[in-house]
Amino acid sequence: MSDQRLFAAALLDPDAPCPAGLTAWNGSDPARRFAVYRNNVVVSLIDALADTFPVTLDLVGDEFFRAMAGIFVRAAPPGSVLLAEYGAGFPAFIERFEPARSVPYLADVARLEMLRVRAFHAADADPISPERIARALADPERLPALRATCHPSLGVLRSDYAVVSLWAAHQGHGDLAQVDPSVPESALIVRVGLDVQVLALPPGGDTLTASLADGLPLGQAAALALAAREDFDLTAHLALLLRVGALTALVQPTEA
Amino acid sequence: MTMQTPFELSARGVPVRRTYSDGLPNRAGLGLKPQHFAEILATEPDLGFFEIHAENYLVAGGPFHHYLHRIRDRYPLSIHGVGLSIGAEGPLDTTHLDRLAALLDRYQPQSFSEHLAWSTHGGAFFNDLLPLPYNRVTLDRVCDHIDRTQEHLRRRMLLENPATYVEFAASTLDEAAFIAEIVRRTGCGLLLDVNNAYVSGVNHRRDPQAYIAALPLSEVGEIHLAGFAEDRDAAGAPLLIDTHGAAIAAAVWELYAFALERLGPTPTLIERDHDIPPLAVLIAEARCAERWIGYAQRDRLEISA
Repeated sequence: MSDQRLFAAALLDPDAPCPAGLTAWNGSDPARRFAVYRNNVVVSLIDALADTFPVTLDLVGDEFFRAMAGIFVRAAPPGSVLLAEYGAGFPAFIERFEPARSVPYLADVARLEMLRVRAFHAADADPISPERIARALADPERLPALRATCHPSLGVLRSDYAVVSLWAAHQGHGDLAQVDPSVPESALIVRVGLDVQVLALPPGGDTLTASLADGLPLGQAAALALAAREDFDLTAHLALLLRVGALTALVQPTEA
Repeated sequence: MTMQTPFELSARGVPVRRTYSDGLPNRAGLGLKPQHFAEILATEPDLGFFEIHAENYLVAGGPFHHYLHRIRDRYPLSIHGVGLSIGAEGPLDTTHLDRLAALLDRYQPQSFSEHLAWSTHGGAFFNDLLPLPYNRVTLDRVCDHIDRTQEHLRRRMLLENPATYVEFAASTLDEAAFIAEIVRRTGCGLLLDVNNAYVSGVNHRRDPQAYIAALPLSEVGEIHLAGFAEDRDAAGAPLLIDTHGAAIAAAVWELYAFALERLGPTPTLIERDHDIPPLAVLIAEARCAERWIGYAQRDRLEISA
């Protein structure tokens, strides 16, 4: 093995011996000095996860979170120098992490937080203008064929748990004690200007938004939403998406 | 770009060849932190420049680019890479070099710098600046990586001296000689991190002043100043940790003054990446650095008068 491979392996394995060939001026045990690197690597990556997942951390406490994150870091160090994406695999890890089983909604709260970070750094794009909205919606006969382009920051999360209420309670909106975590909720995550918004999507709204994001025409997306929820209000939901700037274009196939 | 003048005399009368930095002003600057974005734009503090970590800005859009564009319009900029892994055994990541080239093209910084260290291996990124032995094999490899970097980015880079906690039995050159040879072979400049020189000096019981004096000082384009934390090694000897999480220590200010006597006025960054205080606290440290830069300027004027 190369020197750096040994060094790298020992960084992530707390039980590995200190790499050979390290020295100190006073002949002291280099393992104590090597531990500084080991600590820097693991702590800095745990810190990066703590920055990305602050509500996840709040829900389980600092000690539990850091222990859980440390196991993840050692098992799955970043595969890229761009740390903004580090943590994409953390929610799935949490889901399989046995000690976190008692907090069944934890993984979905982490998914919401990862979508927030992605939205924060996503490409810039102007929301569709009011004139274009009016033009696109002018002819009711042609509405079903309309296709939307979603803002690059847009994300939809469907959860069996009250992810939006749990997340909002940690932002000072609502009382955490009043939240019933077992109520299914869906979240719309989108950056409006410089701020990432997290909105609760009503039943059907998640289906519609996700279908539009997948590129389905409006008619098909609305049919799926109505199948999911027969009293789904298409007009109100489209108005919501337009109001928060979640759509950047509405085009007929012939215009594309 | 780089302008050179003939030999001049430093404050102590030592001949020093002057190299002006690649466009950063001979003033103090600060690391740009998101928590200070809005305040910087609102108050436009009188600072020489801002420095960013390249990797934090390799994102598609959003607030980071929004604010950096506006701050770049008002201040000179230094882009400091922390992930190129120049000291790695493996080849340079050309995808990352492409991304850096695009960032440099977008923001046209006055300076680009990276570290004498490695941070990636086998596809994993360790988010730390890891040490390497200093010998002919590593020298050839580092020089090759710097050549490729400078060719790819089509500009001169500054190489930063590291803070280290261990040494290697495989080293055959001391760090200053190793760096001097890199600078000679590749034509890169030097980012003199005075805190790193001090930290490594204590950790390896070498004289930081002698270390600095042995570096190719004429090629220094920027100085870094930062704070450290104190620990102990297995024998109880002091082991300083380069945390960027504290105020600059008195001993580092003294070493900075020593360096400036030899360098003359030099762009100086106050580096703070953890436990980030209010902007005013960092500006106060920048003012302190500018007083020392002012003394260095005056000393040069007196000698030339």
